[in-house]
Amino acid sequence: MNGAVTPLELDRLLDSADTKIVVCCGSGGVGKTTTAAAFALRAAERGRDVVVLTIDPARRLAQSLGLTELDNTPREVPGIDRSAGGRLHAMMLDMKRTFDEIVVDHADPERAKQILANPFYQSLSASFAGTQEYMAMEKLGQLKAQGDWDLIVVDTPPSRSALDFLDAPDRLGSFLDGRLIRILSAPAKVGGLGAFKLLAGGVGLVTGALGKILGTSLLGEVQSFVAALDTMFGGFRERAERTYQLLQTEGTAFVVVAAPEPDALREASYFTERLARDKMPLAGLVLNRVHRPQADITAERALSAAEQLSNGKAAKRSGRGKNGSEAAGNAGGSTGSTGGNGSNGEGGPSEDEAQATQLAAALLRLHAERVVQSRRESRLTGRFLANHPGIPVLELAAQAEDIHDLDGLREIIARSA
Amino acid sequence: MTNATKGRQAKPDWSAVRLHVVTGKGGTGKTTVAGALALALAAGGKRPGDRRILLVEVEGRQGLAQLFDAAPVPYEERRVAVTPDGGEVWALAIDAEQALLEYLDMFYKLGPAARALRRFGAIDFATTIAPGIRDVLLTGKTCEAVRRRASAGSAHGHGQAQGHGHDRVFAYDAVVMDAPPTGRITRFLNVNSEVSGLAKVGPIRNQADAVMRVLTSAQTAVHFVTLLEEMPVQETLDGFAELRAAGLPAGGVVVNQARPVVLPEDRLKRAAQPGGLDRAELAAGLAPVGLADPETVTALSELATEHAQRVLLEAGQREELAATEAPLYELPLLTDGVDRVGLDLLARELRRQGAA
Repeated sequence: MNGAVTPLELDRLLDSADTKIVVCCGSGGVGKTTTAAAFALRAAERGRDVVVLTIDPARRLAQSLGLTELDNTPREVPGIDRSAGGRLHAMMLDMKRTFDEIVVDHADPERAKQILANPFYQSLSASFAGTQEYMAMEKLGQLKAQGDWDLIVVDTPPSRSALDFLDAPDRLGSFLDGRLIRILSAPAKVGGLGAFKLLAGGVGLVTGALGKILGTSLLGEVQSFVAALDTMFGGFRERAERTYQLLQTEGTAFVVVAAPEPDALREASYFTERLARDKMPLAGLVLNRVHRPQADITAERALSAAEQLSNGKAAKRSGRGKNGSEAAGNAGGSTGSTGGNGSNGEGGPSEDEAQATQLAAALLRLHAERVVQSRRESRLTGRFLANHPGIPVLELAAQAEDIHDLDGLREIIARSA
Repeated sequence: MTNATKGRQAKPDWSAVRLHVVTGKGGTGKTTVAGALALALAAGGKRPGDRRILLVEVEGRQGLAQLFDAAPVPYEERRVAVTPDGGEVWALAIDAEQALLEYLDMFYKLGPAARALRRFGAIDFATTIAPGIRDVLLTGKTCEAVRRRASAGSAHGHGQAQGHGHDRVFAYDAVVMDAPPTGRITRFLNVNSEVSGLAKVGPIRNQADAVMRVLTSAQTAVHFVTLLEEMPVQETLDGFAELRAAGLPAGGVVVNQARPVVLPEDRLKRAAQPGGLDRAELAAGLAPVGLADPETVTALSELATEHAQRVLLEAGQREELAATEAPLYELPLLTDGVDRVGLDLLARELRRQGAA
């Protein structure tokens, strides 16, 4: 990429004792989990005491972090270099269990039992699209309160939109603490003062309509859930707000992860704007899976050379020219490598030449394709940066193979530096 | 043998299917594939207007409008593309809240109660928080479009009356859904079990049952989009297993962004080892065009190694996908990005391979 880009100084960010929380955000499928794990490992091996909270990691990545079961508690990662004095713990989020724990912690045993057994609660805690985000925030708050680590690296749920991480907790929180819940629990209190008559009328209308839509048995379950939750009113929203504030403090650094593709960059753009609006500190953009051309040859040059070679090959087949011998001499001189291509033996020199030409042409075409892709990626990234000037960028190269061990995680960052 | 290697067959693989659900892990290009599939299904009519396909999205992010470079689609069916032979692709962004209000209006004539519901946050509750209800609404609206009959005057529910090339039975020949990602697809489609714990009787239950009749029938096929990478392939395998266990009809696998293989097989194996490529041979090949300098030779052999590793990895993943026992289609990577020209190219590939 061009020189105008500010590089993200990852080591400085990770080394600084002022950095307490790193949140990796971005749309689904851009490599957030891997990035979070790679950052956490890097920080730990540079001496920090780190815990990484992952959401739904790939099986082999989880295994490489020593995460074999979903038990909702941080486990120490074996096999890291501890010479700088750091440690690494990792955990996978279990949203249902996290939700259950909040209930158990905040309601008396009898109530807690009622809530946990309620069918509506069971569906809500296992399937609501925002529960995962709420519980990720909740878990972050818990890890922070626990105070056992000096750096927490957080992966965020794989939602379509990166903004969900910030918005969903509030949505769930406002529902659980909101007006509707109060209305649903209201029938018990109806029949009092005249001033409430009007409200009671509205309530009747609402519960009546809800009963029609949901069916009365479901409505009954929601109402008993709400009644059991009564003691926790105010709690959910308050908790979500507290964690939200934690995200606005000095020690938190957001990292937006994106692939150099239009959709991912558009999401990154929304997210960047949102962070600025909410005064949340953005440390930089991680551009994942960037393709860089290895050779300094333009696509046009590579393609025309490939073309030339392909045409030349046809000519050579009919009557071999001196091109061939020249090439052989050149090859020996420029690389000084292994003694010729003798292994192909009986095909004779013309066969070897044809193969060599074919190989060169194929690789030149591949290179040209890579240059075109790289150019497109730079253009897309350039457009993003023009809209968000000054954002530090860290580019991570596309890996030929999937990452499934600590070496692979180390390699990602090492190759960027 | 994969479908990618066979020629155009007489009859497409899914000719009896009227609802194509397209899922895939985030980042695999499922919206692109859904769009290409809609174009592919819209083609092949005898006269303009013969074929009409509805493309629906359910995640409220206006991905279809972006895909076809159109203005955001409101909660209304709109034509977004016409194939060269006059087939039509219509698009609809299903919004759960609007679908609920429409549904309430249709079945309950709630009127002022609907307003009160909204005022007290009940609509919001029903569409965003109450588990399962949102999914029943989204799949319900989709199934309504699948079953919708062509009426005499207007084929569409929203008043775009026009003449037709033939007497159609259904408003749409097929519906393509740009569905939620692989990890959520079975839960999303299996609305019946999702609401069963909650609504044992009542209107939601009836609606869920009606939806399930369409979704579990031979009219429906759930296609998975994947890349030849470990995670998306694993999710595809898991997704197939879950789907089948739930009794939902599995469709094909679309391998997206497949890379062309540029080296012959024996060479690939050697090149996959770092330094495994014969530098002298490469230099000899490059010499006639004056590019045999050591830097270029090094760079191109590294590129070859990367390519070979990638191709071998992809071959391994392709073998894994065979476990789905589903037809496999392969779409090339569009290095220039996805535009209408690229979409048409993908649509032609899908038709050639028999997916449509």
